[in-house]
Amino acid sequence: MTLLRLAWRNLLGAGTRTALNVLVLSLTFVAIVASLGLLEGMNQQTARAMVEAEVGGGQLWHPRYDPFDPLALAEAHGAPPPAARRMIADGSAAAILVVPGTFYPNGRLRPLLLKGIDPGQRVLALPTGPLAADGDEIPILIGQRTARACGLAVGDTVTLQWRDAAGTIDARDARVVEVMRTPVQSVDLNQAWLPLERLRGLAAMPGEATLVVAARDVVPPDDAGAWRSRSQDELLADVRSLVRSKAVGAAIVYVLLLFLSMLAIFDTQVLSLFRRRKEIGTLMALGMPRGTVAALFTLEGALHGVLAVVAGALYGAPLLARFARVGWKLSVKADSYGFALGDTLYPVYSLRVVALTLLGLLLVTTFVSFLPTRRIASLQPTEALRGRAG
Amino acid sequence: MTGDLLIETHELTKRYPMGASEIVALRQVTLRFDAGEFAGLVGPSGSGKTTLLNILGSLDVPSEGSATVLGERIETLTHRRAAELRNRHIGFIFQTFNLLPVYTVFENVEFPLLLLKVPAAERRRAVMDALERVGLADRARSRPAQLSGGQCQRVAISRAIVKRPSLVLADEPTANLDAENSHNVIQTMGRLNHELGTTFIFSTHDEKVIRYLRRTISLVDGAVARDERGAAA
Repeated sequence: MTLLRLAWRNLLGAGTRTALNVLVLSLTFVAIVASLGLLEGMNQQTARAMVEAEVGGGQLWHPRYDPFDPLALAEAHGAPPPAARRMIADGSAAAILVVPGTFYPNGRLRPLLLKGIDPGQRVLALPTGPLAADGDEIPILIGQRTARACGLAVGDTVTLQWRDAAGTIDARDARVVEVMRTPVQSVDLNQAWLPLERLRGLAAMPGEATLVVAARDVVPPDDAGAWRSRSQDELLADVRSLVRSKAVGAAIVYVLLLFLSMLAIFDTQVLSLFRRRKEIGTLMALGMPRGTVAALFTLEGALHGVLAVVAGALYGAPLLARFARVGWKLSVKADSYGFALGDTLYPVYSLRVVALTLLGLLLVTTFVSFLPTRRIASLQPTEALRGRAG
Repeated sequence: MTGDLLIETHELTKRYPMGASEIVALRQVTLRFDAGEFAGLVGPSGSGKTTLLNILGSLDVPSEGSATVLGERIETLTHRRAAELRNRHIGFIFQTFNLLPVYTVFENVEFPLLLLKVPAAERRRAVMDALERVGLADRARSRPAQLSGGQCQRVAISRAIVKRPSLVLADEPTANLDAENSHNVIQTMGRLNHELGTTFIFSTHDEKVIRYLRRTISLVDGAVARDERGAAA
């Protein structure tokens, strides 16, 4: 208690020096929490958007389906296994048929994927309702990125070409009935969504699908025969590893920030030991053991960390809370990095992130504060009283 | 208690390395101090007064010979045991007062009792008693920076006596004070020596202090040149 009181008084006595150290440390604390919150927000927001628009609760893939092998796509279709058909029937899964094709927007050739989906499905958060339009023209739904790249808008007509199950090439005009805004590029870029039964008819693939997507709260069945079950975690693994790779880059910045703050604390401690040698000698003369004197100086340094956390909480909490509410407006560049984030990134500050940052900061501050005090162990009281470094 | 053997040094020598050679600060000093003495180590600068005082206060150790303070052999004490000896039995008064600037007068005087883990009520009583003895009870809430040099030294005296030590070592206690304050400070210490029976040993070359001493030990080049007892002024 005596040590704490003396350390506290010494800190207050140091005035501006303490204030500056606390400011620098608290800025580091807030900056680290803010950027960790951004990463966590990026992780959660991307995963949520992917789950809602593409991944669902998991997927069942046709044995030949490989999203990274366009050449195998022509063969990747077949009747879904019975367990999947039951899920499709009760609305807890949606079948998707993928057929490679080409379309000719404004006279230009552009390869794309034709994806058939039930217009009434509720499994994925895609605006497939307008695909239920009647008429001879094929209704198609495209994403805003594809629309922008091809110069298409709602109501435009575009020629589609595809190869059916027998290898016969066919072509028809299609009308854009909806342009969707989605943060998920992989349901937008170079693809057009059609009514499932129309595509099955056009491609001569009745009752077939390439993959089956389970609803968000449903796990795809394991007993799917040759069809391969892909869990939600497997399907999100790439995105999560992308976020992790960003986290490594961010960690370098934290280390630099922390290093600069710790340099300030270390300097303060060294200066303090140099300027207060006579005080150290007095404390020893009054009967304070060397270890206790070293503990006093370490405690003073560590209290900088405690004050920084308090200061950081005072101005950082409202600042970060507002940041979490308003979010961070993203430029178009974020879209090209492959993150399904939309226009705004909303940081997420979990208790775990704040607690770990706080603990890390306090531990590092205490350790850095302790390092210079080791000199006290070899300091002679007589040297200290004379104001010598020993 | 008064008259009992408190300190005994036997052929005490202290050497300090100085580059390739060494400086001999004390040469075979043999002395005895009894409880209740009001004694001074006098001599010019560099005569070894402070070195001897530091060894008697267990802040330093002899190079040769022995020093026994309150039954403890200084040369064999560990750092922790030496700190304990100072904490319990020895009070220090320094030339530059050495008060803790961030503490109030009361807290400065209270500090040795906190180290001794004395209960709060007893601490308060002891601190106020010590401050009253030096006439500074009304400045208990002041900070050292708000006091004059003489007042600071009287706070330092209070701090030295608050735990009722057997021995108070004062290193040039009046060197930073004017004549009037020197007079007040030395008179205060003399009164405390009389009232409490505490042994006071000074290092000084201040003539104003020397005339108050009941025993004067003159050091020249680290050796005892004279050891005189006589009535104080």
